[in-house]
Amino acid sequence: MSPRVVFPNKILPYALLLPQLVIVGIFFYWPASQALYQSVLREDPFGLRTTFVGMRNFQRVLADPNYLNAVENTAIFSIAVAFFAMSIALLLAVMADKIIKGKGIYRTMLIWPYAIAPAIAGMVWLFMFNPAMGTFAFMLRSAGYAWDPLLKGDQAMILVIAAAAWKQISYNFLFFVAGLQAIPKTLIEAAAIDGAGETKRFWTIIFPLLAPTTFFLLVINTTYAFFDTFGIIHAVTGGGPGKSTETLVYKVYHDGFVNLILGDSAAQSVILMVIVIVLTAIQFRYVEKKVHYG
Amino acid sequence: MANVELKNVKKVYGGSVEAVKGVSISIPDGQMCVLVGPSGCGKSTLLRMIAGLETITEGTVSIGGTVVNDMGPVERDIAMVFQNYALYPHMSVYDNMAYGLRNRGMAKDEIDRRVREAAGTLGLADFLQRRPRELSGGQRQRVAMGRAIVRSPKAFLFDEPLSNLDAKLRGQMRVEIKSLQRRLGVTSVYVTHDQVEAMTLADTLVVMNGGLAEQIDTPMAIYDKPASTFVAGFIGSPAMNLMTARVADGGQGLSLAGGGSVKPRDTVLPEIGREILLGVRPEHMTVTSSRSTADLTLKVTAVEILGADVLAHGQPADATQAGGELIARLPGGTRVDVGDVLPMAINPGMAHLFDAGTGKRI
Repeated sequence: MSPRVVFPNKILPYALLLPQLVIVGIFFYWPASQALYQSVLREDPFGLRTTFVGMRNFQRVLADPNYLNAVENTAIFSIAVAFFAMSIALLLAVMADKIIKGKGIYRTMLIWPYAIAPAIAGMVWLFMFNPAMGTFAFMLRSAGYAWDPLLKGDQAMILVIAAAAWKQISYNFLFFVAGLQAIPKTLIEAAAIDGAGETKRFWTIIFPLLAPTTFFLLVINTTYAFFDTFGIIHAVTGGGPGKSTETLVYKVYHDGFVNLILGDSAAQSVILMVIVIVLTAIQFRYVEKKVHYG
Repeated sequence: MANVELKNVKKVYGGSVEAVKGVSISIPDGQMCVLVGPSGCGKSTLLRMIAGLETITEGTVSIGGTVVNDMGPVERDIAMVFQNYALYPHMSVYDNMAYGLRNRGMAKDEIDRRVREAAGTLGLADFLQRRPRELSGGQRQRVAMGRAIVRSPKAFLFDEPLSNLDAKLRGQMRVEIKSLQRRLGVTSVYVTHDQVEAMTLADTLVVMNGGLAEQIDTPMAIYDKPASTFVAGFIGSPAMNLMTARVADGGQGLSLAGGGSVKPRDTVLPEIGREILLGVRPEHMTVTSSRSTADLTLKVTAVEILGADVLAHGQPADATQAGGELIARLPGGTRVDVGDVLPMAINPGMAHLFDAGTGKRI
């Protein structure tokens, strides 16, 4: 153990922490506490009358079939987004790692999509696959496939998953490339001399050594799929058709800001918070144990 | 087990950079060949070409009589020990050693037998379940060795395996590697920049410089008769003294460029007037009792006491110009002080003459 750094000044460390604490306080703890407070109240749409209702908001939300539908959608959506965003990024990173000429150009090009705002990314996908005017929609239809995400729920789900995963690939790619570079070349050479072919080397040496990166990205991608994909869903499907692409975070928004059922919406966001905390805790407790840090 | 044969092997990077400019080495079965040279001389590239980690631009590499140029590392059936050990950090010591055998589809009990045998030989039996990071540098080195041994390959390739260890451990492991290699009788190629390792381990020593093999011979032959000033300067510590001189005195002596003259005994001098380089190893200079028997006089400018030896740094006393520092290795306990003028004799037959232009031995 290295000795702890001791600040001679008693106030300075707190002063240095303050900006971060203020930001977290204003943008997380305060809204989160508001949500907790709101979740036990019932308020009319005009904010004129507020009644304390205890846990009844939660009871109603959890008994609502629409809510259970959103839970199912979120599960499908998150697993698919995390899986595709990570596996495609890993594939691209492994490929990019092999390039010798023009490495920088490839990487830059692959990182660009990350700079696009979620709503814009959603619009791009929406236009490309719009059944009335989308290029890809036209191609799909010409190929004899009945493509209409505006009417068919499962197709709408595929579209939002594709858009959300596509946007996250760049980010994952960046981390996987860095992770791959951190693996010593001699290990790969040693494995080659030890008689492992390329596929075997990947699964027995490279993949296990990438585990810290993969685990980090798993946590990040889950959180991303749960929260940050709101813009994409809002732009592409608006939760429809019907409620087939309504995820938990989208329902929070819809019930709270469109339908103005503030109590229900707050209760939902509290449940959502709990789900993410539990998921992250599970990931750290069980998955991280299998991760080998160098 | 097999012999390893290199024939005019060349490596060109990117069409223009010649890393290895045509090297031919023949290593008989069971012998250890050491490639030594300064960094950038192409020794590691040569080893990696034997391993199959680099393509061979020109020439042939054969192992056990088969040309392996177009084979991957696996088919060549060689084992390599890397400088940084290249142990798989996520596997136990056991799995590290078993990995290569499993990849070859060996039966489980045979793998177990071989790993345990190698672990016993290397004193790793108690560490089989540990991860590499829980081991000391010397133990990791042994695991890397073990990974090579269990395979019983046709040849061992060592890429500076001891350079990450501290001096004491390096000496110890050097002896172990030598005895292990002898016992197993596996043909080995060993790359190092350390001349002590080179001298002690080699059956055949290859001194490399600028992509070429400057000299290939037994270590003692190279020490006794270095083929060039480069080899003379590289093998031996402290390095051989080199003095610019001209044959004078009617062909009987040498006049040094810095002033003064030397008459090396038991040495055949070339024609009068020829410019040469006179090489004398520090350990082949002796302090004589009188100036009349001295070949040259050394004006001491610095003294290093090493215990067993005393190194006297200085210049020829009758030098008219600065430069041309000489080092003499004197027996331990010799009393020398800065400013002393020592009459020195070059041991008979121990003068080396090199061409001043090419640096080649005359």
